[in-house]
Amino acid sequence: MKRFLLPLVVFLTVVGFLAVGLNLDPREVPSPLVGKPAPMFSLPRLDNPEKTISTKDMLGKVWLFNVWASWCGACRDEHPVLVNLSKSGAVPIYGMNYKDTRPEAQQWLEAGGNPYIASAMDADGRVGIDYGVYGVPETYVIDKAGVIAYKQIGPVTEEVLRNKILPLVKRLQTQ
Amino acid sequence: MIPEIGHFALILALLVAFIQGSFPLIGAARGNTVWMGLARPAARAQFFLISVAFICLAYAFATMDYSVTYVASNSNSKLPLQYRIAAVWGGHEGSLLLWAMILSIWTVAVSFFSKHLPDAMRARILGVMGLISIGFLLFMLTVSNPFERLIPAAMDGRDLNPLLQDPGMVFHPPMLYMGYVGFSVAFAFAIAALLGGELDAAWARWSRPWTTMAWVFLTTGIMAGSNWAYYELGWGGWWFWDAVENASFMPWLVGTALIHSLAVTEKRGSFKAWTVLLAICAFSLSLLGTFLVRSGVLTSVHAFATDPRRGLFILVFLVIVIGGSLALFAWRAPTVGRGGKFDVVSRESFLLANNVLLAVAAISVLFGTLYPLFLDALGLGKISVGPPYFDTVFAPLMAPALFLMGIGPIARWKQAALPELAKRLRWAFGVSIATAIVLPLLLGHWTPMIGLGLFLAFWVFGTSVSLIYQRLRGSGQSLMTRIKSPSRSWWGMVIAHLGIAVFTLGVTVVKGFESEIAVRMQPGDVAHLAGFDFTFEGVTEIEGPNYSASRGQIRITKNGVERTVLAPEKRVYTVQNMPMTEAGISPSFIHDLYASLGEPLDSGAWSVRIYHKPMVEWIWVGCLMMAFGGLLALSDRRYRLKNRSKTVVQGNDAEVSA
Repeated sequence: MKRFLLPLVVFLTVVGFLAVGLNLDPREVPSPLVGKPAPMFSLPRLDNPEKTISTKDMLGKVWLFNVWASWCGACRDEHPVLVNLSKSGAVPIYGMNYKDTRPEAQQWLEAGGNPYIASAMDADGRVGIDYGVYGVPETYVIDKAGVIAYKQIGPVTEEVLRNKILPLVKRLQTQ
Repeated sequence: MIPEIGHFALILALLVAFIQGSFPLIGAARGNTVWMGLARPAARAQFFLISVAFICLAYAFATMDYSVTYVASNSNSKLPLQYRIAAVWGGHEGSLLLWAMILSIWTVAVSFFSKHLPDAMRARILGVMGLISIGFLLFMLTVSNPFERLIPAAMDGRDLNPLLQDPGMVFHPPMLYMGYVGFSVAFAFAIAALLGGELDAAWARWSRPWTTMAWVFLTTGIMAGSNWAYYELGWGGWWFWDAVENASFMPWLVGTALIHSLAVTEKRGSFKAWTVLLAICAFSLSLLGTFLVRSGVLTSVHAFATDPRRGLFILVFLVIVIGGSLALFAWRAPTVGRGGKFDVVSRESFLLANNVLLAVAAISVLFGTLYPLFLDALGLGKISVGPPYFDTVFAPLMAPALFLMGIGPIARWKQAALPELAKRLRWAFGVSIATAIVLPLLLGHWTPMIGLGLFLAFWVFGTSVSLIYQRLRGSGQSLMTRIKSPSRSWWGMVIAHLGIAVFTLGVTVVKGFESEIAVRMQPGDVAHLAGFDFTFEGVTEIEGPNYSASRGQIRITKNGVERTVLAPEKRVYTVQNMPMTEAGISPSFIHDLYASLGEPLDSGAWSVRIYHKPMVEWIWVGCLMMAFGGLLALSDRRYRLKNRSKTVVQGNDAEVSA
């Protein structure tokens, strides 16, 4: 009898590991940029190409930097979360519209609401390379000194916001 | 409207699956024939409903309905029609629909080709398959609905992953799924036999053709995937030990063991518990593979966007299906008799040894695949084991397996005599040793691995040839009569084994003698490799339907005589802005000449990689021979007769295939 139970025992052990594995994220690659100064950029604004957004203007405040695109499905999931966050006024959100076209991006913001103080346009994805963008969306928390404190790969969910981003932002703001 | 019909058909299919998974099983336990009789109509209704859903999704792709989220994220208006259709299984939700579709194809096939089975057995088999179907349909309807709407609709789709835009995408996934979902039939037979307490030779005889069929599909599917990777990834590899490849390879290893073990159970009544366990494991590994690919616990080139709820769902499903069947096994298997006795030197022993080696190989692949996860779960950091681990572990397991493979078919059942075996095998042994030593020296260099590989390839080849010779040798009859005298399943076995020889030869030669160079080439430059001259004649820009490409032209000459022109491409797919490499390959039985474009450099120069791959095509030819051997075994006379009459026809015991 006992030897016939062996396969079941082996299987249950494997299941135990799989269950733990589910709570780990293989994509949670520690970003080499965390703890380093955010790469500098100066890009035209989405709403007005005459004006530019630059990392220099942000020094002295804690801000979220969100990479998004109108062609990105996961951004649709994330968007309401960002809109709510911007209404709460907890932290300023700046966007970077990534490899997109101006009319489509603007139409997207008109339809879904605009959570951004302003969005920069990175049409050819050059700044994206500096930031090591794996995919869209990605979100960075940048502190008063312009250092990246956190990087979220994939959509920001209510959960991530509540458990990770907002506590971090509060701590950074009081520093 | 059409997507809603598809969605609704899935819901109805789930309801039918509940009926199929409950009444026939209860009916079989209570002897209620009416309830058992529900199995067949339910299986057919389910097939119809899932087909409707599948067609609806294909229609949404064909008509570019970007109000369906799944279509919008896996298709694009510029994508050619054949890839829009193949995009049905290009993402997570659609692959699950394909899974369910193929499961229902197998189920409906069982419902048609099971007239010779006792009612209770058939009801149990279809009932078990219904239960599996419930799992997949529920999964789709709760967390992976392919028909979910996107409001407002997207203006255009995000396009199918360019890696998947290849003819391989059209038939590789369906083939592969036919294979590993096909093991659900052997699984259902095993569970039905455990439930009914009828683990006997008849059970083994009924499961054999289904198992072989699934194995043929799986072999072809893996071969197609390997071939696809070879020309699509652009660096000439044909197997990467990627988690997803492993997910299809583990069921193949266990399935191969299962085919052989079923033969013993049918012919000799032995190995019953072991055979049942293999049948459960083959399908469990298919499910586990699905879990690994779909849950996102492992990253790989095949990984799709993931959602933790999905992983949890599949994990619970795994526990119910695999845990439940292993518990059933632990409960029922001890009552199974032991079957015929056999000597230490006998065909049974050789087959058992091979079975154990294949199973251990599958376990070591499983271990290597899950090892990174184990370490991560124990908090020891993120690492991955790659080809070094698998190559080290795999070769020592396969070498004795191949050696035994040569002896098995020649040995007698029950009891064989070593001196007689040695006498019958001495020629094959001598020839393969001689080849292993001489051939590499003729080709240039000798290493222990090349020697071992060639020895094994020629050993399998030599023993198969001597088997054929001993079988066909003889008296007055014409050669044709003598070829027809052994059964088709015997010939199937021999051809599949020769396929292994061809495969092993290909792997050994390509690993031992391939060469490559990476060079910077300007138009007019000439590179030299393996006695060929490769002239780079520059790059032209071309426009595809949904990509733009730089197409290189490389003229190959040998001693001034032109051989062929290669046209490797570097494509950029416009929607996802993703660069892809299309290798230029000139294949032949002797060698492949393979070139791929790297990056453009200054002043019209490109980095170019050129490979010389001797006998690489033999790898896939070997796989096709194995699959063909399986098909031949399926066309055996006894299976055809069985379908026509209800009387069970005994296979000729002298002509067993193993």
